[in-house]
Amino acid sequence: MIYNIPYIAVMLLILVGLYAVIAKRNIIKIIMGISIIESGVNLFLVALGYREGGLAPIFTNLPEKTQIPGQLVLPVPQALTLTSIVIGVAVLALMLALAVQIYKHYKTLDVRSVRRLKE
Amino acid sequence: MNDTSKIIKTISAIMFPFVTIYGLYVIMHGHLTPGGGFQGGAIVASGCALLVVAFGSEAIAKKVKESDLSILESVGALGFISLAFIGIATTFFYNVLAGRSGSLFGKIPPFGSNPGYLNSGGLLPLMNFAVGTKVIAGLFAIVLILAIATRKKGGRT
Amino acid sequence: MSFDVISHSPALLIAIPLFGAFFTPVISRLHAKVRDGFVIVVIALTEILAIFLAQDIYTNGIRKYVFGASLPSLTRPDTISIPVRIIFEVDGMSIFMVLISLTIALVAAIYSTSFFKKEDGLDRYYTLLLLLTVGMLGMELTGDLFNFFVFLEITSISSTALIAFWIDRGESLEAALKYIIISSLGALFVLMAIGFLYGQYDALNIAALANSIQFTFIDKIALVLLLAALAMKAGIAPMHMWLPDAYGEAPPSVTIAIVAATQASLYAVLRICFTLYGSVIGMSTIGWLLIGLGLLTIFVGVTMALIQKSLTRTIAYAAVGEIGYMIIGVGTALAASTETFASVALKGGIFHIFNDVLDIGLLFLVAGAVIYATNERSLENLGGLARRMKYTTIFFLIGLLAVAGMPPMNGFASKILIYESTYQLNPIISIIAILSSILLLAIFVKIFYSLFLGPELPNLKDVKEVPTGMLIAMSILAIVIIIIGLFPGYFMQNLVEPAATALSNPSNYINAILGGA
Repeated sequence: MIYNIPYIAVMLLILVGLYAVIAKRNIIKIIMGISIIESGVNLFLVALGYREGGLAPIFTNLPEKTQIPGQLVLPVPQALTLTSIVIGVAVLALMLALAVQIYKHYKTLDVRSVRRLKE
Repeated sequence: MNDTSKIIKTISAIMFPFVTIYGLYVIMHGHLTPGGGFQGGAIVASGCALLVVAFGSEAIAKKVKESDLSILESVGALGFISLAFIGIATTFFYNVLAGRSGSLFGKIPPFGSNPGYLNSGGLLPLMNFAVGTKVIAGLFAIVLILAIATRKKGGRT
Repeated sequence: MSFDVISHSPALLIAIPLFGAFFTPVISRLHAKVRDGFVIVVIALTEILAIFLAQDIYTNGIRKYVFGASLPSLTRPDTISIPVRIIFEVDGMSIFMVLISLTIALVAAIYSTSFFKKEDGLDRYYTLLLLLTVGMLGMELTGDLFNFFVFLEITSISSTALIAFWIDRGESLEAALKYIIISSLGALFVLMAIGFLYGQYDALNIAALANSIQFTFIDKIALVLLLAALAMKAGIAPMHMWLPDAYGEAPPSVTIAIVAATQASLYAVLRICFTLYGSVIGMSTIGWLLIGLGLLTIFVGVTMALIQKSLTRTIAYAAVGEIGYMIIGVGTALAASTETFASVALKGGIFHIFNDVLDIGLLFLVAGAVIYATNERSLENLGGLARRMKYTTIFFLIGLLAVAGMPPMNGFASKILIYESTYQLNPIISIIAILSSILLLAIFVKIFYSLFLGPELPNLKDVKEVPTGMLIAMSILAIVIIIIGLFPGYFMQNLVEPAATALSNPSNYINAILGGA
């Protein structure tokens, strides 16, 4: 049961993030919701690689006579998570730049009053 | 007067070299310990963001032009692509420098846990440098431009 | 030096535009014209390379490329039993989509060189256009699921920045914000599905996954997440809401590049349904689901196009409708996979991808020409342009006939295949499709009449014909449309049939990576 706690945390994070994207009116809060969902998905990817009793997969840190790759935590999901974090930074910067431009144009950050394209 | 106090300015100026050195260390040892291009670049960019917060975006924008950061970013990106092109005779992204004991970064480390040899890894440390340069320039440019665009009076569009 | 370009060409197809994208800011310091020429040369070079690769694939079969190995085709080095490293796998369907994307990127680049009058930041525009090309090509060439996710995100980031290129217009910013929020949510769900599949089978390669997949409960969840997110990116109703905003408010040369990116997401839906889950999926369930969604898409697209007042938004809703045609073709092929008309339906659907991109692209370029010449976007303020913009009128007429599926344009060839095959599955599907085509013809004839014929409005007195670069781009598309319309058999045999055969045989795809060396 205790090994399921990361996955329960993932579901909670994604639900909180989805609530923020769907129900909030401020653009910055919607962007924060997407950032929370992304943290949840990254946590999911890292938690996939866990092996019970495993050591960190860094060669310079291992004690002598460890079985490779039997006793190590999987390193591939860590690489996937790193790529995903980098992509998340880029998307977040782009969304914030768009929010700044929208504020300069419409002088408000409320999504419902920025909506000109209706049908 | 929205300036930060003298204590903040002094301490930020003192901390900035240490943060930069730590970031460059993380970039350099990317093939041995956790770290590498993006992580180290983000650390150095946090140091630069510390300066922007402490001294204000106007003072930093006078010293660092945005076009210089753009050039640095292009240099990093072109360096990465050129390093990938070096091994094109075998395959794209082939590691030509690994395993030749005479060349730069060419030593083959023994298998299993070992104290770590900086001189190994082939093209990987060079690619880490290229990516680190690009990330430093890119993240610093993002922080600086967002700070300039959200100034209270004026601000570039 | 015996450097075999063909065997390295899958990597070069990504590397050359990527190098060009990062070299553009450096070269634009010389002169603006040098930069324009450089961009067009880079894309043209990539297209020539893609044509050579296509000829090689049609004679020699699937080509694979392993990044960083000691041979380009060494998928399993040193008696390891699973494929390692990132592998690009190019089969008939992939190279078909690559040719479509590169043609559209070339036309967009030629059009852009004369469309922007005095804009600032054009070097960043061309960098982003080349990055969008790289993203689309990567999505279509890759054989690795996580690599596909990375290229998907590259495409959506570049598309957003290009949609918001005219930052003085509030509508463009709003469309870009909607696009990036929906797009990044979709991509995060794709990443979750990739995580599910990796956790189950410890493989990220599509061929290795397709070999070892069993249809457990978690695989079904992963399939639903993947299909929902990628169908949203491909503009299938009811997830199509971002499409009219993004297509209608972007600069028109950007819009045709984003149309090609949408088709790349549609390619991903096909790849997942046919290859990744090919051996275990319940064909008729997914087939009928796709047919239902396709009919909904056609209905939504065509009926919403009736009430629009802005020129580009009408064409955008027509584009949504056309995506529905492709989906009902593919859905029929899945739902009736044992009958003889299934292969006809699949060929019709795939051929329609090519034709639709060309037709909708030509219509968007004409709309761009009208906006360039008159600075008006609304249909109520435009009229009587045929006297002054003769070539533009002819191009709009060609595009109109092609979208509505009239002979001798290319739309007729693919639509008749779709009508014939869906009629044999269930007559109601083809009746709805034919009626929607007629409705599209009516809508565009009304637009043609009100835009080009009729009395000349006083505020449009000094409207001139558009510059040569835009005319050249439009004429390339029009000539290709007419050639495909007159000789559809040639294109069907040499382009569409290899693509359809490649999709219907997932075992070829798997054996190319796991079977040999």
